[in-house]
Amino acid sequence: MTPGRQQGTEVVASVDSIGKCYARYTSNLHRFAHWFGVAVRPVSEHWAVREVSFDLHRGECVAIIGQNGAGKSTLLKMITGTVRPSEGATRIAGRVNALLELGLGFNPEFTGRENVRVAGGLMGLSSARIAELMPQIEDFAEIGEFMDQPLRVYSSGMQARLAFSLATAERPDLLIVDEILSVGDSYFSHKSFDRIRAFRDQGTSILFVTHGMGDVRTLCDRVVLLDRGRVLKDGAPDEVVDYYNALVAAKEAAKLSVEQRRVQGGWLHTRSGSGAARIVDVRLVDAVSGEAAVLARVGQKLQLQASIKCCEVLPRLVVGFMLRDRLGHVVWGTNTWHTNQVVRNPEAGQTLRVELDFENTLGPGSYAFSMALHSDDSHVDSNYEWQDNLLAFDVVNADRPPFIGSSWIASTISISIPDAGAGKQSARSDARQLAG
Amino acid sequence: MLQMFRALFAYRNFILASIKGELKGRFARSSIGAAWYILQPMAMAAIMALVLSEVLAAKLPGVASKGSYAVYLLAGTTAWGLFAEVTNRCTGVFIEFSSALKKISFPRLCLPVIVGGSALLNHVLLLLAVTVICGVFLDVRPGLSWLALIPGALLILLFSYGLGVLLGIFNVFSRDVGQAFGIVLQLWFWLTPIVYPPSAMPANLRWVAELNPMAPIVAVYQNAILLDAWPDWGTLVVPALIALFLFGLSFVVFRRASPELVDAL
Repeated sequence: MTPGRQQGTEVVASVDSIGKCYARYTSNLHRFAHWFGVAVRPVSEHWAVREVSFDLHRGECVAIIGQNGAGKSTLLKMITGTVRPSEGATRIAGRVNALLELGLGFNPEFTGRENVRVAGGLMGLSSARIAELMPQIEDFAEIGEFMDQPLRVYSSGMQARLAFSLATAERPDLLIVDEILSVGDSYFSHKSFDRIRAFRDQGTSILFVTHGMGDVRTLCDRVVLLDRGRVLKDGAPDEVVDYYNALVAAKEAAKLSVEQRRVQGGWLHTRSGSGAARIVDVRLVDAVSGEAAVLARVGQKLQLQASIKCCEVLPRLVVGFMLRDRLGHVVWGTNTWHTNQVVRNPEAGQTLRVELDFENTLGPGSYAFSMALHSDDSHVDSNYEWQDNLLAFDVVNADRPPFIGSSWIASTISISIPDAGAGKQSARSDARQLAG
Repeated sequence: MLQMFRALFAYRNFILASIKGELKGRFARSSIGAAWYILQPMAMAAIMALVLSEVLAAKLPGVASKGSYAVYLLAGTTAWGLFAEVTNRCTGVFIEFSSALKKISFPRLCLPVIVGGSALLNHVLLLLAVTVICGVFLDVRPGLSWLALIPGALLILLFSYGLGVLLGIFNVFSRDVGQAFGIVLQLWFWLTPIVYPPSAMPANLRWVAELNPMAPIVAVYQNAILLDAWPDWGTLVVPALIALFLFGLSFVVFRRASPELVDAL
């Protein structure tokens, strides 16, 4: 938490058992009749959000997480005021600014300046106020003389810059953001992020929807987890995110068991293959403490533990591991054929314990292990069992210097100033820059 | 309802800026810009006069000369143009701005007000152009009775706004409304004495003209511009009542439909 940040107990926004119901009628005539108080029963009702309540305090940053269709966007729109709740109410003290989409109300034929006037009016700003803010908007957007050219000649990045500058020209009491915005190039993206952070430090409450669990941990004071339109959990980021991950895993398991039932009843995970050997238990633990690691730290020593049950007499048993990132790219994979650890002639009914020790050199993000049991170097022949993404986990960067990318490479940077005369000046300034 | 007006007033800056923008947008990237305001109605009147009188050799009873027919035509189409523009655009306005309605919280009635305002501004400019055309080419000077155009235009605006917003609301839920109204509007145009004089209507169809609230309103324009005559105020009572009723009804329906409006977009 930033020092000097004003986070008080004053409630800026209060959401009180809010709900949104989308009703379907047999015909539009029924709907029209319904407006005028005729008792028409809708054919079906769908509650996108129901009985959601929470308070937002001054300077607090709250993320709403949940799977697609959980009702996150509907909730944001209701707080913004574009979608009217079917029940309950929201109370907001002060100015609200919603960044649900940038550049709405822009006309390609008008100049940047004219667009600021019209779109600023759409935000409810008076023309005097817009004139007052104009230099600052122009400054922040940094689009130079393009400000007086028609919008159609702008690049999409320039449009985004102007739209963001206008949308955040005034500090609101409540800022609503749908997904973390990436505005223009990385330079401006940082600049816009800094502005949002500065707002928060000055006492703006922020409510945003995200799917990136990294954002949640770095930015938020609190997380609200929505599931099928209801608040499932509301609390500290770590607690709620872990719960969310468990929920996702449980859903995954439920889905798999359906597929499983088609093949053979009883077991939770999906299983392609003969079933001559089975993976009965998989856990990811801290290699030192042995505690379960749903959330792995960069650099942490981890151990993947699996129990394998041989149901039949097998000639050979090879265990394969594969690690995928969130996009499905294979990060790493191998099997015990390649490591010369083939188990020969295991007995039927025997249970083997397999442990994979590794140092977590993955970058922050979400990853999943897949495992396979087979007899040879690949699972194409005599596949005993293959389970996709049977264990998912998140990696966070808790104690390393910030870095980007999908892997962490242990590295050291050294900076020195050589005595050579010619390069002296520039080396010194480089060093100063790096130190700053 | 008072609250709605207050909200609209708070957004007056947006409304005015948008109207200005629409006007500007109309002639953006056109080299002769506003000259089109005069050229378009002039060409329309000339073509219609030519086609009807020369090519079709239609005998329009009660029309003295080709020149006065052109004036009659200009007057009628100018009045109809305002009606058609406002109703047509209001019918589609909520759909046209659906993304803004979904993502930004602002008084939704701003949109039809902008449409109405920009159409009225266009109408005034068009009337100026008609005055110029009439004065320069057709030897018709504006008289005192042209003042009747002010209540005439306001009546058209009231009527078309009410009708347009009503249709616009229903159009959000069922897009057939907009499509069907396009056809209705064409039929309506030909059932209103604009291209032909009222006397040209066959006797067995007179009742259509009598039921048509647009007929007496258009006649206000025709009488004033062509004959420099004041309207027969009595004929305007029913259209005014209908317009007021529709205007009021549009607010009531809007209030009822408002919670579901964004859901259906």
